[in-house]
Amino acid sequence: MSPTPSSESHAPARTRPGRSPLHRMPAGIKLLVLAAAGTGLAFTTSLWVLGGALALTGAGYAIARQPVRRLFGVIRPMIWLLVPIFLVQGFMESWILAVAIVTRIITLVALAQLVTLTTPSDTMIAVITRALTPFRVFGVHPGKVALAISLALRFLPVIGGLAQEVRDAQRARGLGHNPLALALPLLIRTLRMAGDVTDAIEARSGGDDDEDAAPARTPVPVTPRAGSAAASSPAPAPRSS
Amino acid sequence: MTTIEVTDVVKRFESFEALKGVSVTLAEKRIGVVGSNGSGKSTFARLLNGLVLPTRGSVVVDGLDTAKAGKAIRRRVGFVFQNPDNQIVFPVVEEDVAFGLKGLKLPRDERESLVDTVLSRYGLEHLRQQPAHTLSGGQKQLLAIAGALITNPACVVFDEPTTLLDLRNARMIARTIREMEQTVIVVTHDLALLNEFDRVLVFDEGRILVDDAPSAALARYVERMQ
Repeated sequence: MSPTPSSESHAPARTRPGRSPLHRMPAGIKLLVLAAAGTGLAFTTSLWVLGGALALTGAGYAIARQPVRRLFGVIRPMIWLLVPIFLVQGFMESWILAVAIVTRIITLVALAQLVTLTTPSDTMIAVITRALTPFRVFGVHPGKVALAISLALRFLPVIGGLAQEVRDAQRARGLGHNPLALALPLLIRTLRMAGDVTDAIEARSGGDDDEDAAPARTPVPVTPRAGSAAASSPAPAPRSS
Repeated sequence: MTTIEVTDVVKRFESFEALKGVSVTLAEKRIGVVGSNGSGKSTFARLLNGLVLPTRGSVVVDGLDTAKAGKAIRRRVGFVFQNPDNQIVFPVVEEDVAFGLKGLKLPRDERESLVDTVLSRYGLEHLRQQPAHTLSGGQKQLLAIAGALITNPACVVFDEPTTLLDLRNARMIARTIREMEQTVIVVTHDLALLNEFDRVLVFDEGRILVDDAPSAALARYVERMQ
């Protein structure tokens, strides 16, 4: 029973555990740096500043001991977006501005990827939840925002897999590349899945912070397997409610 | 041991009546539910932990009415869905297992210890930092079971847990269900899974057609399907 990377190609970046200074840096600081870079770089077209930021980001990959191919792995899927932007800006404005804009996009995406690679998603979500807490007075529910982010991260590859299934089924029936023929069944399957996911969240009692009056049972789950690492864990709680 | 009392339950979805006056008390440790597609067995399963509320009648779990104490009942009665992909809601294995503990406000150490224990129990400890979408079908179903059991429910309802699995993974999940110490209620088309169960309910057109020991109930079901 080995893991199957069936939908790996649709997957967002995931954390690569490590002990580098960037891995140990608090997630809040990394997100602040990312936000500051996003804001700061938007206001400059200086190739020196943008080139310096890209070099620093590259150095960040080296400090986090992430192979260079991961940096190129971020850029490769964006080529189809970057080339038209570069050409349009080059012909309509100037080639220097075109280089600046493309460098800015690559730097920010690579920096965001570096944060993702060095920060577990639950840590990142916890920071976002804390940061949103003051906005409760405006009706923002931090727990629900955090859950929405988790669901987006979780279901991007799943929906990518669904799209592949629909495409394969259509190809098997002799249909060519028709975006509408792909979009409709994909939308229906995604909506149906959303209903099931809502049920699952409800069933796992995670969708709401409010508690019913009746107390939960002591959450010590199961008797460990004989010989397993858990066999040395504390004895489970009594099964009676 | 959990006791679930279902009293004269009718469940309507717009004009379709999925359950037509079902009454039954469930107190055994291993209960199977079978029936043809559309017979009402999945609706019945969803009633047991309050995911679906009766249009008429009541469902009472250990004295708690599902219509009034839904959240407390969902902590008491876990649910494992047919398609684990729809049940796994966090991107990484260990984060998903910990999801059920979020509302309990446990200290981080205690939460991690519980996650360790349940991952170890289901042989998933080496996958704890793996993205959930890269797991095999059997591993995903184990993860779904681990996620349901982390809050230590007294009873677990399985809705066709082996339908999407190959033979080896289906057997592995069947063994896992048999070894569970909780009360289990399993909706399935896999009749062999129910051989050692205490009781089997056969659903037909929104009603319980047969309520008996596995051998007798399954024989009636097979006869009915021919």
